[in-house]
Amino acid sequence: MLDEVATDIMITQVSDSLYTQLIKTYGGNLPSSEPHSLDEIRKQAFERFKSTGFPTVKQEDWKYTNVQPLVNRQHYALDTETLSAAIAIDKAIIPGLDAYRVVMVDGKYNADLSTAKDIPGLSVMPIDQAFERLCFAKYFSEYADKTDNPFVALNTALFTSGLFIEVGKNCQLQKPVHVIHVASASKPSFTQVRNLYVMSTFAEAEIIESFITNEGAAHSLNNTVSEIVVRENAKLQHYYLQVAGSQGNYLNHTEVYQEKHSLYNNYNCSFPGAAFIRNNINVRLGDSEVESHLYGVTLTADNQLVDNHTIVDHRKPHCESYEWYKNITQDTSTAVFNGKIFVRPDAQKTNAFQQNNNMLIGEKSAVYTKPQLEIFADDVKCSHGCTIGQFDNEALFYLQARGISEAQARVLLVHAFAFDVTSRFANAIVREYVEHLVEQGLKAG
Amino acid sequence: MLSIRNLHASVEAKQILKGLDLEVKAGEVHAIMGPNGSGKSTLGNVLAGREAYEVTAGEVLLDGKDLLELSPEDRAREGVFLAFQYPVEIPGVSNINFLKTALNEVRAYKGLPPLEAKEFLNKVKERQKLVEFDAKLANRSLNEGFSGGEKKRNEIFQLAMLEPKLAILDETDSGLDIDALRIVARGVNQLRSKDNAFIVITHYQRLLDYIVPDFVHVLYNGRIVRSGTKELALELEEKGYDWIKETVDAEGAV
Ligand SMILES: Nc1ncnc2c1ncn2[C@@H]1O[C@H](COP(=O)(O)OP(=O)(O)O)[C@@H](O)[C@H]1O
Ligand SMILES: [Mg+2]
Repeated sequence: MLDEVATDIMITQVSDSLYTQLIKTYGGNLPSSEPHSLDEIRKQAFERFKSTGFPTVKQEDWKYTNVQPLVNRQHYALDTETLSAAIAIDKAIIPGLDAYRVVMVDGKYNADLSTAKDIPGLSVMPIDQAFERLCFAKYFSEYADKTDNPFVALNTALFTSGLFIEVGKNCQLQKPVHVIHVASASKPSFTQVRNLYVMSTFAEAEIIESFITNEGAAHSLNNTVSEIVVRENAKLQHYYLQVAGSQGNYLNHTEVYQEKHSLYNNYNCSFPGAAFIRNNINVRLGDSEVESHLYGVTLTADNQLVDNHTIVDHRKPHCESYEWYKNITQDTSTAVFNGKIFVRPDAQKTNAFQQNNNMLIGEKSAVYTKPQLEIFADDVKCSHGCTIGQFDNEALFYLQARGISEAQARVLLVHAFAFDVTSRFANAIVREYVEHLVEQGLKAG
Repeated sequence: MLSIRNLHASVEAKQILKGLDLEVKAGEVHAIMGPNGSGKSTLGNVLAGREAYEVTAGEVLLDGKDLLELSPEDRAREGVFLAFQYPVEIPGVSNINFLKTALNEVRAYKGLPPLEAKEFLNKVKERQKLVEFDAKLANRSLNEGFSGGEKKRNEIFQLAMLEPKLAILDETDSGLDIDALRIVARGVNQLRSKDNAFIVITHYQRLLDYIVPDFVHVLYNGRIVRSGTKELALELEEKGYDWIKETVDAEGAV
């Protein structure tokens, strides 16, 4: 048995060129900087990655999401020195949104385009400038690296850029922080970005992250890991708006750790564009009276693949989680939803809700959905459900019979389908923007 | 206004309408009665343009225009309105938004600008009153969780908002208690004018006490087999549909 596994890995290693390239480039030559406590973490992470390699579809978590073509068929530049190509951020602009802006170009903080400076209670900086911070030492790799995602290990070992955000104690930010991630490299590149966001006790903030592609950018594979800590009584509203171009391929791992009486809401929205998107969003409810909401709207087109894997991990009693994901698939695209809920033995009086609804518009589109509940406590309320359907032709006809065009009727019905999720958006401006993107992304039937 | 000639229609390869003729002039109300399964709803659906119904012969003209050529939305914009026998529930689409979209699309088709928000709301208020449609319902999702009677009243509210040329009411009376029936009938009567026309499909004579028709037709086995004035409805009520079936089948046998 062991031999078999070993053979498998050997095959993987030989076959994927990015793997070979990474081992050759970084074996015994990992990025290093002060303080050197990071060196050991990187070394161990690299070993972990080395032994597993990139996942294959034989692994349950990657069954429908094949990264092999991405790591095999393409030669990547590993270090993208961003030439000062003109960076346009207009594709990320959210009409009517007044926000502190942070622009990250290929993972690197761009001071010229960023405006989130000198705001009381808000610290924003390139992650390598935060290495000396106490909270960095405390939280970096503390949670994400406990998972078995090989991309996290790889990121931990090799990242050199990313974003650090800290919202200070009792600070309630007046405006949202809008983080704009721009993929701009003109050569095919593999970027690894590492973010750490810390919400101090009683802090309240809204972080909106947009992913866009710069004009003329080449194919890119972006492996991002974000670690988020929401401390006692803090509240974070967190939006992902994936509007990158088809050259973009994204692996986003988000690991959230929540302390007592905190609130974390994630709104994860993907639109036609990026060819490949794999999100892992894991929320650890680390203490009692924690509340977490995970919402998702995915609209796919062409041959896109969007895979959302979430974990809601109830560890302590009296917590509530609420998860609702909606997928709308067009053309030959694929959407994957995998929602795990753990209720640990300690987590009595847990209230956990999960729902995933799918609307297949493209006759050749596909949806794979899997709720997974593992409940080890007895006094809990958990519910989950998923549905797969198509356009309701009766409804379509009803609307048309009142003079509404078929295209407009489709928009109305898709809005209606997404309503359970969009109506929960805390930020009305973002909601309107997302509804507009849905409208734009819908093809005439 | 509407002229239907030799209309044949089938659904799932089954012939339902088998040569139907009907002339409706502006200002008239026509009642269509007939036993269950005779093709009454099929007629409404064919006129409104539901895809599943295939017209195999005949023609339908609305003020000289070939209706069967048009998409369902263009038929609506030309002034055809079908009050559904079974209105559809659409969660997540608000009644008001839906109406505003519909009204403005119809206006755009006629080259009119969208209604100002205030004008629209005034119209909503006025028409709600006309059909005694609860304002609370207007703000909810379209028909979601409405009772059978509320759904039917919503159809009439939409009718009052859209002011079509030709309204086809498909068993709007079924599922209504006597009070609701009166309200619906009063609404329809107030909307009647010399410029519009109504086709009232019903199984029972009862509704016709309140919406008094100019003509009554009996549809049986895909054809109009009797036409007359409102007295025909009373006769039907008295003698029952078996009488029609027997006499028509006997004629056919000759
Ligand atoms: N969508 C449909 N699919 C199959 N059969 C249908 C459909 N609609 C109507 N029919 C059939 O056509 C016939 C006439 O139906 P309908 O027009 O609804 O009658 P009515 O309204 O007079 O009761 C019935 O035999 C009915 O079963
Ligand atoms: Mg019927």
